[in-house]
Amino acid sequence: MQWFAKFFSRRRRYEDISISIQEHIDERTEELMADGISRKQAEQTARREFGNVSLVEESSREVWQWPAFDSILADLKFAFRRLRKSPGFAATVLLTLAIGIGANTVVFSVVNGVLLKPLPYPDSERLVSLWLNAPGAGGLANFSNGLQLSTSMYLTFSEHNRTFQSMGIWVPSNASVTGVGEPEQVPSGVISDGVLQTLDVPPAVGRWFTQADQDPHGAKTVMLSYGYWQRRFGGDRNAIGRVIQVDAQSREIVGVMPRGFRLVDREFDLLVPLALDRANQKLAGFGFSGIARLKPGIQVAQADADIARLIPVWMDSWSNGPGTNPHFYERWRISPGFRSLKQQVIGSIGGVLWVVMATVGVVMLIVCTNVANLLLVRAESRHQELSIRAALGASRMRIARELLIESVSLGLLGGVIAIGVAVAGLRLLIAFGPTDLPRLCEISLDARALGFTLALSVLSGLLFGSISALRYARTKASATMGSTTRTASTGRARQRSRNALVTAQVSMALVLLVSAVLMIRTFAALRNVEPGFADPQHVQTMNIWIPDLLISDPQTATHVQNNIVDQLAAIPGVTSVGFAGAVPMENVDPNWDGIHVEGKTYEGGEPPLRLFNFVSPAYFNAMGTRLVAGRDFTWSDLYDLRPRVIVSENFARESWGSASAAIGKRLRQFDSSPWQDVVGVVEDVRVHGVDEQAPAIVYWPAMHNDPYTPKPTIDAPRFVTFAIHSDRAGTESFLKQVQQAVWSVNASLPLASVNTMQEIYSQSLARTSFMLVHAGDCRHHGARPKPDWHLRSHVVRGFATHSRNRNPPRARGTEGRAALDVRSLRAYVDWSWRRHRPRSGSRAHATHKISALRHQPARSPDVPRCAGHPGHRSCACKLSAGSSRR
Amino acid sequence: MANNPNHRDLFPGALEVMILQSLRLKPMHGYALVKHIKQVSDDLLPVEEGSLYPALQRMLKEGWLEAETGTSAKGRPTRIYRLTDAGIRHLEKEVVSVEKMFAGITRVLAVAKI
Repeated sequence: MQWFAKFFSRRRRYEDISISIQEHIDERTEELMADGISRKQAEQTARREFGNVSLVEESSREVWQWPAFDSILADLKFAFRRLRKSPGFAATVLLTLAIGIGANTVVFSVVNGVLLKPLPYPDSERLVSLWLNAPGAGGLANFSNGLQLSTSMYLTFSEHNRTFQSMGIWVPSNASVTGVGEPEQVPSGVISDGVLQTLDVPPAVGRWFTQADQDPHGAKTVMLSYGYWQRRFGGDRNAIGRVIQVDAQSREIVGVMPRGFRLVDREFDLLVPLALDRANQKLAGFGFSGIARLKPGIQVAQADADIARLIPVWMDSWSNGPGTNPHFYERWRISPGFRSLKQQVIGSIGGVLWVVMATVGVVMLIVCTNVANLLLVRAESRHQELSIRAALGASRMRIARELLIESVSLGLLGGVIAIGVAVAGLRLLIAFGPTDLPRLCEISLDARALGFTLALSVLSGLLFGSISALRYARTKASATMGSTTRTASTGRARQRSRNALVTAQVSMALVLLVSAVLMIRTFAALRNVEPGFADPQHVQTMNIWIPDLLISDPQTATHVQNNIVDQLAAIPGVTSVGFAGAVPMENVDPNWDGIHVEGKTYEGGEPPLRLFNFVSPAYFNAMGTRLVAGRDFTWSDLYDLRPRVIVSENFARESWGSASAAIGKRLRQFDSSPWQDVVGVVEDVRVHGVDEQAPAIVYWPAMHNDPYTPKPTIDAPRFVTFAIHSDRAGTESFLKQVQQAVWSVNASLPLASVNTMQEIYSQSLARTSFMLVHAGDCRHHGARPKPDWHLRSHVVRGFATHSRNRNPPRARGTEGRAALDVRSLRAYVDWSWRRHRPRSGSRAHATHKISALRHQPARSPDVPRCAGHPGHRSCACKLSAGSSRR
Repeated sequence: MANNPNHRDLFPGALEVMILQSLRLKPMHGYALVKHIKQVSDDLLPVEEGSLYPALQRMLKEGWLEAETGTSAKGRPTRIYRLTDAGIRHLEKEVVSVEKMFAGITRVLAVAKI
């Protein structure tokens, strides 16, 4: 404030000085005149005696000035005046800088939002992800989640630990909501007690779940996300206490979480209590993510040691049923490897982001050299001016400072425009960015990002300014003056520095260009890969789930699906309709299991695992998947439960040499299963993306005999994706008709994940290209090891379903395997994995592990299995509990 | 500003002390101050206008002086400089240190003569 006042009192001070000095001279003049000297001479003498009036005034004024500041201000004014005079130059430089700095700001915001910022929970540095290492567990422990927790582990750990303030387990899921407007399928999170306490974010309205809500026999409650509350209830506080139907179960709304709250890294609409029934828990069921909050001052290593102590306690406290060995899991060598929750959320994306950051950094360097070059040319036109100033005594520093002030103010102006560019860029990125990027919604242009922009603007200004500053401040006044008099050609020295700049620029651009071309080539190659389906922009897909509570009989469920197909086919413009357990590139694998081909013997007695899908008639037709040999399924194949399968071309070649040779051949799942006739062969489908080899696939009729139950039981997938081929796919009027068609069959069925095949395909391509940056491998798209986005899903799915089983294990016929009825809750977990894809894990890797595990129960006939249901997109659950029985 | 071979440079702060001491007698304007110092020192001490005015501004900034609007002996508008309490305190401190310095110099010179 004082400084401010001083600044404005300056004018008065300057006036005082002038008046005083004037009076001084006048008085002296009069005195001299009194001695008899003429006025003119007296004035001259007085002035001569006084000295340089302006200089004295100047140095008197300087007392009140901050001289550096004032002269910088003058330089700034000068720089801006010069910029205004050459708008073409200014526009070019500012635009170049704005794009360069803007791009860097965008990428930095992403790095900041994803990698640097703490998670949006209080004291988030105390949050840990309960990651267990289990080197002996094969595919159940992978490198993206380690071995996940079972419910019994959670109970033991949370009750006996000494290092955690709170602990909880959760699993992403989906829920079908009825009773509020149109039926709807929404993402949800199933959470145990302790999850909310760990994340420690208070509800916006209402309350958290209490112990009572976690009682399996207690009141049924649900919490809402802020978004869902706004969307469905218009933010009405009276929503608390209302009852909604969640998966056909009445639940009372008890609370709403605040805006922006996420369950670790997932969006959700509903939170449902896990409500564990202690009496039903087993050792197995490793399908839950665990999170915990450390007590203050406790290190992760201490927590590891604490839980390591509890693992034997866990094995002593629980079992997998009578006759099982609870200490089987000692072979898995389970040990805690807890890590910060942030590390878990970020996953492997850190590397990608730093690579992108470095790339835009190089772009910024190119921008700087470009601008430096322009400035050099421009400085040449000021050559004479600078030389004259040097000749008049301006120091090198003074000239360098003026040039730097000009360049830094250019940088800053560019930075200001860059903020606009960055805001637009971030909007685009968030709208179209890779959906797998964790914490995407937390990315924003915050103070830190703006600070980065400022620093980058100043630094780049200094960088590109210093080249001309060095160049011109160094040259001697006489030399520069001499070389510009009338001759048009530039001196050799000046050309040298420009040449160096151009060389640097071109070489950096070349590096970027080569990487870009390699990427584009890879991308083009990927686009040219036959995906195994055709005309994707005209294939409409949508998910429909028929809950058990709605229709319990699988045959009736199939009839409903059949009716939907008929209704959809009747829509004008629809050429064919079918459905399947999963469509390609959605990262859902309905099941994996071993397939015996008749007449073949396998090394170790166990055939390799094959991917299963469950399809309706006309599904291939709708998807544009070519039938290479034989025929498609018919509805009577389904309803009569005829033992028929269709196989992929690569499976046919591998097993029988050619596609046509496969027709009429037989295969089966287990020794006890009936043989299935191969009636058709379809082209290979790259179900996991164009950069992955097409797996060998066995297609089962959508309705079939369940191979995992002891008695022949009819099974049908309840969670299916419909594929509708129509020229009108994706249009609003078409979607309305589709919805009407579905609801004309059953009005309680919500449609979910409504996309055209083109959208799914493009997303898969986008994700692939994003990962390519990471892998940095642009050579081919064959067997490159790549983090897997898919397989985790069915491992987890299996466990989650298993853990929620309601029936005790049943003996499984002659083989004596036990199958758990997982039907009721399978889709619970299913759908969520479609939506919330796991981020990494290796499919190839995990497949091996699963097969390795699968072998164990198969070799010991008395081993009861907790069977995944083929139609239930789960198989891994049967492995762990089964193995534990050995 | 012209260098007068008869006059030697003053030590730093000497001009300030003289100005303060002169203004202690009575408030004066610039020209009167110059004349006063020349008169009192019998023209032995040079007071250059080139140093006087910046020095006055420095002292104003330090708060040792105050400037007020006034008129000169001939009735022309000018600024009259007046000593403040802070100025008096500073002067007293400076006088002590200047006297010490002179005493020191005198002793050294006296020894050198022997």
